[in-house]
Order: sequence, then structure tokens, then C-alpha cells
Amino acid sequence: MSHPHVTINPAFYGDSVFKIIHAEFIAPGIKRFVIEAPRIARKQRPGQFVIVRVNETGERIPLTIERSDPDKGTVNIVVQSIGKTTHLLNSLQTGDAILDIVGPLGKPSEIENFGTVVVMGGGVGTAMAYPSAAALKRAGNRVITILGGRNKDLVILENEMREVSDTVFITTDDGSYGDKGLVTDKLRQLIDNGTRIDEVLAVGPIPMMRAVADMTRKERIHTVVSLNPIMIDGTGMCGGCRVQVEGKSEFACVDGPEFDAHRVDFAILVQRNAMYRDAEKRSLENFQRDCQLEKQKASAPAEAETTCAVEGK
Amino acid sequence: MPTTHKSSNPVPNKERIKMPRQHMPEQLPQIRNKQFTEVNLGYSAELARQEALRCLECAKPTCTKDCPVGVKVKDFVQLIVDGDFLAAAAKIREDNVLPAITGRVCPQEDHCEGACLLCKRGESLGIGYLERFVADYEQQHFDPSTIVKAPPTGKKVAIVGSGPSGLTAAGDLIQKGHQVHVFEALHEIGGVLVYGIPEFRLPKKIIREQVDIMRAMGVVFETDVVVGRTVTVDELMNEEGYDAVFIGTGAGLPQFMGIPGEHLNGVYSANEFLTRINLMHAYEFPKYDEPMVDFRGKNVAVIGGGNTALDAIRSSLRLGAGNAFILYRRSEAEMPARLEEVKHAKEEGVQFQTLAAPLEFLDDGKGWLTGARCQKMELGEPDSSGRRRPIPIEGSEYVVPLSVAIMAIGTTANPIIRTTTPGLATTKKGYIQADDTTQKTSRKGVFAGGDIVTGGATVILAMGAGRRAASAMHDYLTTGNW
Repeated sequence: MSHPHVTINPAFYGDSVFKIIHAEFIAPGIKRFVIEAPRIARKQRPGQFVIVRVNETGERIPLTIERSDPDKGTVNIVVQSIGKTTHLLNSLQTGDAILDIVGPLGKPSEIENFGTVVVMGGGVGTAMAYPSAAALKRAGNRVITILGGRNKDLVILENEMREVSDTVFITTDDGSYGDKGLVTDKLRQLIDNGTRIDEVLAVGPIPMMRAVADMTRKERIHTVVSLNPIMIDGTGMCGGCRVQVEGKSEFACVDGPEFDAHRVDFAILVQRNAMYRDAEKRSLENFQRDCQLEKQKASAPAEAETTCAVEGK
Repeated sequence: MPTTHKSSNPVPNKERIKMPRQHMPEQLPQIRNKQFTEVNLGYSAELARQEALRCLECAKPTCTKDCPVGVKVKDFVQLIVDGDFLAAAAKIREDNVLPAITGRVCPQEDHCEGACLLCKRGESLGIGYLERFVADYEQQHFDPSTIVKAPPTGKKVAIVGSGPSGLTAAGDLIQKGHQVHVFEALHEIGGVLVYGIPEFRLPKKIIREQVDIMRAMGVVFETDVVVGRTVTVDELMNEEGYDAVFIGTGAGLPQFMGIPGEHLNGVYSANEFLTRINLMHAYEFPKYDEPMVDFRGKNVAVIGGGNTALDAIRSSLRLGAGNAFILYRRSEAEMPARLEEVKHAKEEGVQFQTLAAPLEFLDDGKGWLTGARCQKMELGEPDSSGRRRPIPIEGSEYVVPLSVAIMAIGTTANPIIRTTTPGLATTKKGYIQADDTTQKTSRKGVFAGGDIVTGGATVILAMGAGRRAASAMHDYLTTGNW
């Protein structure tokens, strides 16, 4: 490989910092970051992800790599504001930095010439599906892409997907763009029309991936999903990301994140992902309150201090 | 008794045998089981000298022979008697670059203290406590200008993993004049010392200080690098110019029992539970973002009987568990945990249900753990580990109500390096094959040691491997002979 030698900060004392070269919202609540991470950029393959820790008190969360540029030494990640950490991340801007990014993690996608592949991206899951779609196209597949979102604004990476797909279908829940309905409705149509489908890759919310799996199981179409369970280290050490695959525990970080959709127990995945719902809610509320206080402080310092004192801070 | 050098110990040997072992001052159990601050408070200089006077100064010290890294115990203890604590620390450092850590977590009863002749007449010399004392003293009085390093050799070494084996290898190799770069997958240096061992047994501050000493010696640390994923072993050697690589990636994937209900919310691996607590500070939520389920007033059980199991259950108490159980399938005599940890755990209120194992975990119909159906055991003939085999007793099943269950039953080999390093020979179980004396692997220039070679073991055994590897790496780097 002809990539330039990876340069590393010589004053590296374990206190790594990853610089944000560019940050922009690509949809409401969804931000794309271009981050300086030369080692990751050089090694990233479709299907892999990173784990991010924003600051000293931060948790570690897995995030999607949308693409990377080995020559510039940058990776792109796409983040949707859901909990505290993603809200905090999405408050960062060009020129800011992220304390820790580690990766690329997980097994790369198995890319081969299957024939016709349907790539399905739901919401921010499209960012994970995109590099795989591109690789599948390069491998000679006919790529049919189905993108979905709640509304027009939440359908992301349409142009990028068009570049690597033979056909792109769009669905929105409210019908504000493309066909009204779900990505699975479009898949149903394709199957009913007699479209030959050799492989399906579905990345998105769990209910979507589960619905795709149920549909293709009956049709005997091999289907791969990319799972996003709760994860800490991402190297297989903690076992927090275990998913039930045909009754056996597998670790999404080293055995996945992609799995045969027909073997995954989605009910257990949903249950395990809800494990910290109360704490997550509390974290987000605290964060939003602190943001509010900061804003108030900026406009009326004395008043803000009173509010803080009332809340026992 | 003939000794090789003159001792300043004024106490006649006959009297030394009669002197009682100095107790380690510690926090009161009812106070410490509610907080994560260190249990043992450390010897004062006076206590240390008192204890040091007990050493019999054997002509052939069995303590050193039984130490995996060969610490010259008699010599450093004599220096404590002399009151030259810095010289004592330097003496330890000749063989052990992490004395403040081993002084706290090493199972001394299996090594130096177990071999101490005083054992035969009473209690062994408090070697671990003394080691800890001089290491802490050195830390408070550390002077980087005193570091002695061999002239640069111009050779570059990559250490994969910053746990006990990697840090030991790094410490030895930097002293021999090589350039040393340590790669760590997590965001903090220390490996299992940081994510596995709780603050109350090994404060993070101690690890940071030991690591800072190594930085002062010139070791470079890089976090957030998963070797095998972020960069491969071959890339390190072929593209980044490392002349040799040491693989010390440590314990692997946590094992589960394969019984029904292990996916339930409330069932953790010890690795995950301890990582949340130690590395991610979940006990300080919401100041720190990593969450933990609510332990307050709940029944918590840890399945297993090793140090990890005890660390997990004692941490559970500190999170406010109402009842904290150890469920262990053999009897207390077979427990692999350090004696001091078992003692501390009992003092703190941990309940030991030995000769019992769970058969399945029960749930509330919504995916949350409510209990374990367990079975009683009796001991049969010794198995391959030399310990008596647990045999289930028919009809002995009972249910323990539980909100949290933590599995501390060992680990299996991590596949990342194995699957990304062509030509690296591994065992049937996936551990890296390495020579017992040189830690050489099947790949030229690549050495390995610690848990990734042996499977789950102890800090000191991993350090021993790091030490042997460093010595063999030095030979290889200076002679070129493989």
C-alpha cells in the first residue's frame, strides 16, 4: 500500500487528542465530523466502527465511520443526537477536539460479487451502510439502495448513495419525500415484482432490521445486519456487547458488528439496549439543564446563579 | 548464620523468630465497605523498620527463589533496617519495575512469603508490605536524575499492551538503552491494573505515578491503538521500523457458563462490571457519564472464587448492595483468591456460599434478573488443576433472589492479534505459543507473555514473563541471533 508513513505526535504521552477538521449538520440533529485520525483512516474497511470518548468524564460509545481518507489522514463520523454523549458531541465544532477515538473496530464487511444486493439504510444507519454499498458496487454487484427516514430531512447521504447504486428508492414515514411508508414496504414491492435479490444488507433502527429479517427469512434471502449494542472497550474484553445469535452469545465488537440477520435474537437486543434507560434519561436532562443554565448565565449572570443554588449545585 | 554481606540488624536470630509480624494499618471494615478509597493504609517508617528486623537473612533466600521476577528480598530488607529506603527501592527496581503495584496486589503467600522460613515458626515476613512501603517512599522522594540508563542502542521496540507484562518489559528494555513505544487499546495506561483492579486495592494514582516514572525514563505511551486493528504487528515491524515486538495483550474474552438467562439485564461479566467501575468511574455517575444499574439494597452475587470475583463483590458492597454473595462451586480451601482479599471481604460483610453453582438465571418476564436457581456441590477427586472436583448433589436445588449476578469464571483468548498476524503459532485454545524461558513466538522478532500466553493468571506471573521477554529481546536486539 502506498499510503504515506503514519506520522504520530512525538510528544505523545497517552493523552491523545483528535482534532475536528470540519463539522456540519447534514440533517436536523445529525452531524458529520471530519476528524484527524491517520491510523484509523489508513486501516478502515467497510462495516467497521470506532469508539469515542469525548472528554475526561465521558462514556465510551460506538459510532459509525461513514468514510475515510487515508491520504489526508481523516475519518468521517456521523452522529445523531440521542443521549447526553451524542448531544455533547454534536455541540462540538470545527477546530474542537475529541479526547479519544479508537478503531477501526469490528470485522470488516464480507464483500464479494453476490449478484444483486439490496442495501437498506434507515436514518443514521445509512452512514454505516454507505461504505459497504460502495464496496459492493466496486465488487461488481448490482446495488439497489433503499433509504428511509421519518421525514425528508432525516433521509441522509442520498447523493453519496446515488453515486454507488444502480437504483435508489426513498421512503419516508410521513410521505414528505419518496414513497410514503417504510423501507420494508419497498423491499416487499421488489420481492413481489420478482426482482432477483441475492443478498440484503440492512442498517438502521432495531425495529427496521428486525422487520427486514422477518421478511427475507421467508423469502430465503441471505441478509446481513449491523448491530449497535451497548459497548465499552470494543476489543472483546468486557462482553457487554454480547448478542444472542442462534442461542449462543457472540460479541458484536469482535464477532460482528455484522451478523446473519436470520440468526439474531432482536428481542434480547432491544431488552439489553434498554438496560440504562433511566440513567441515560437523567444524564441527558442534567446536560440540557446545564446548557440552559450556561445560556442564562451568559445573558443574566446574577439570576443564573440563583437558579443553580436552588437546584443544590 | 553465614551471610554474604554485613547486616546492621542488631537483633539476634533467636529473638527475631519471636517477634510478631507487624499488622498493616487498614480502614475499619464498616467504613471502607462504603467507599472506594484504599483499604490498606501502609506501614510507617517505624513499622517498616520493626518488620524488617524480623528477616532471618537466610544464606540461600527461598523468598527470592520463589519470586517470579527474582526480587532480592534479603538485600532490600537489610537496606530498610539500615534506614536507607531509597537504596532499598533501587534494589527492588533492579528486578521489579512496578514495586508499588506488586506490593499491593501480588499473592505473596504463593511466592516470597509462602517460601519464607519464618512461616514454619509462625507468620512470614511481611515482604509485600515492606515492598509497598519502600515503593511509596520512593514515589514521594523520586528524583528523575537518579535514573540510570544504558547508552542508546539505536534499537526500537514496540510493546503491545500496557498491563503488567508490557510495563515490565518496557521498564527493563528502556534501562537497557532501547527505544520503547507502548501501545494501549484503552484510553488509560495500565491494562488490567486500571480496568480490573479496584481503587480500594490499587489506587489509580499509584499506577499513574509508576507510569510517570517510566515516562521520565523515556518510555513513550500511545493510547487508543488496538494492535491488529489500528495497526498490525507486521506494519509495526515493516513500516514503522520496530526491531522487535512484545505482545502482552492480556486476558481475553470473558467466559459465561452457557446456562439459561445469561443475557438478562442485571447479568454482567466481571470484566464489564469492573471496567465500568474502575476505568469508567460508573460509581461516580452522573459526574461521570458511564452508568451502572442501581445496586442500593439489592441482592448481588458474584459467581467465581478468584481475585476478580472478590474485587467484583467488594465493589458491589461499595455500590450499596444489601446482600453480597460469593457463589463458588468448590470450598473455600480451593479458592484461588489471595488470602488477604478473602479476609477483607469477610470483614466487610461478603457472604460466602461455597459448594454451590447456578443452573439458570430467572427473570421478571421483562428481561430483568430476579434470581438464580442454584445447586449444591460436594468435592470429589482432584481434577487436572489439582483441586478437588465439584460434584453436583442431586435434589439440592434452591433459589437465591438476585438483582445482579456477575460472572467471574475466567476468560478465553482474544482473537484480534491471532487473526491479524500471519504465521503466529497459537495453541488449540487460541493462546499465543511462546517459549517458557525466552517468551519467543513462532515469528522472528516477536515475543509474547502474560495472560495471552498462559490464560488468566496473576499480575506477578505476567511481570515475570515480561522480564524474561525483555532479557531475551535484549539478546536478540544486540546479537541479531534468533
